Amino acid sequence: MLIKWRKASDVKPSEITPKDVFLNRRKFIQAAAIASGASLVPAFVNSGLAATSPGYGGKKFSDLKKTMYGEAEKLTTYEGLTTHNNFYEFGTGKSDPFRNARTLETSPWSVEITGHAAKTGKFSYEDIIKPHQLEERIYRLRCVEAWSMVIPWVGIPLADIIKRFEPTSKANYVAFETLVDAKQMPGQESNALPWPYVEGLRMDEAMNPLTILAVGVYGEHMPKQNGAPIRLVVPWKYGFKSIKSIVKIGFVEKEPPATWNVQAPSEYGFYSNVNPRVDHPRWSQKKERRITGEGGLSALFTPKIETMYMNGYAEEVAHLYKGMDLNKFF
Amino acid sequence: MVIKKSRRIFKPLVFLASLLPLGWLIFALYSDEFLGTKYMTIDPVQKLDRELGDWALIFIILSLSVRPLAEIFKKGELVAYRRMLGLFAFFYVCLHLSAYIGLNLKLDWNEFIVDVTKRNYITVGIITFILLTPLAVTSTKGMIKRLGGKRWQKLHMLIYPIALLGVFHFFMMIRADFSRPATYLAVILVLLGYRIWARWQKTKPKKEAALA
Repeated sequence: MLIKWRKASDVKPSEITPKDVFLNRRKFIQAAAIASGASLVPAFVNSGLAATSPGYGGKKFSDLKKTMYGEAEKLTTYEGLTTHNNFYEFGTGKSDPFRNARTLETSPWSVEITGHAAKTGKFSYEDIIKPHQLEERIYRLRCVEAWSMVIPWVGIPLADIIKRFEPTSKANYVAFETLVDAKQMPGQESNALPWPYVEGLRMDEAMNPLTILAVGVYGEHMPKQNGAPIRLVVPWKYGFKSIKSIVKIGFVEKEPPATWNVQAPSEYGFYSNVNPRVDHPRWSQKKERRITGEGGLSALFTPKIETMYMNGYAEEVAHLYKGMDLNKFF
Repeated sequence: MVIKKSRRIFKPLVFLASLLPLGWLIFALYSDEFLGTKYMTIDPVQKLDRELGDWALIFIILSLSVRPLAEIFKKGELVAYRRMLGLFAFFYVCLHLSAYIGLNLKLDWNEFIVDVTKRNYITVGIITFILLTPLAVTSTKGMIKRLGGKRWQKLHMLIYPIALLGVFHFFMMIRADFSRPATYLAVILVLLGYRIWARWQKTKPKKEAALA
């Protein structure tokens, strides 16, 4: 089955890469994927970062369903999305996760399911993903810092996973938690943020077909610096909502704490939907810098693009917030 | 004579050294564009702005360090380099501001006005720039004469609030991890503390002498 979603989330023609370029890129990606992971390395040697690269040449997923999501978007390069991350568990600098994430042990990995559900307990990573068909979803990722990327995730609709645990009627929210282990996550030695990093979604947000638990990018297992082995992706919300390296999923009755919301409630709301009409107190959210991963002068002089309401996914999700004052529930 | 000679050699050296950060940034951009490196990261707009802001603060700190160093090491001739360092601070502040307006805002002046009036850290940044400008303008020998030493000195005491505002501007912009601005602040506080201490020292010996 091919899921067809070609509505608000589709890109403007101006954003679409010429088809031949796009096809070539696809070919390149496939070729690179067919070749062993090691062959990817030379391309990154120039960056001076390759020596410590964690996650490069990750294992390919064998059975992957292509979807129409964001098909025509110009992707951020693999190098781009693996060298420019906000993942404070490995340091607060953008390239810190790339440099430091190597110490994360992603196998074995288990996720604890707790709270109001018929089935709870500890489940291994394999238990969680095995029954599902993996899909490729190309989503825009809009960081609250006013930059954005386009990422080909590999994942599973969160709704499908949630259903298996049979949450009860008391499960109004889903709470998520990242691993805490300063030995594996050296950034946790500092108290840049309170650990563990926690996030939450309202049940209807979690069940929306756009919401996925992602286990990879570019057809490969998730690079450590991107939140391996399993992370949330909620494309209509600012990036920090998409919590990484998840070890706990809880079905809870009341709105669970969310790290940035707790840290600075006037700046980061629980909902944190992408909204160009509601500025961050310290900067405008009207526009964004699209990061293609190429860097250099073109990145320096490329015009900013207009940020879209709900990151362009309004048609799929705007109904979730009907009647809510989004200036208040930002 | 000896002092003058060394100054003739060192002044151009200090000048060139002060241009090194800019040279590095230009090289890094060139290299990223043509040699495929990623020195300026894949988000060079942000990186360039941050780097220039950093160097502006560093040069403000350097210019503030001249007098303490000259007094502690009894090298009065060091003061000859203070004006140059101060002007380089202004130079990097101007580049920082230009990068923000030109590359970050892409010359969107409406957005600029919104930023300056609505966003506190930008407001503080602009105030810092406005305060620094008269110091740069009055840095020539002619201006010192025209203003008179006392008034000139008073005007240039503005550098203390400027340094603090500059660091404050940095603090206000950060989401988490304040270690970098905290380091700058610590250094600035030491340099300001030294001045208070030195002033206190100047008055103290007199009292002791009187007691004796």
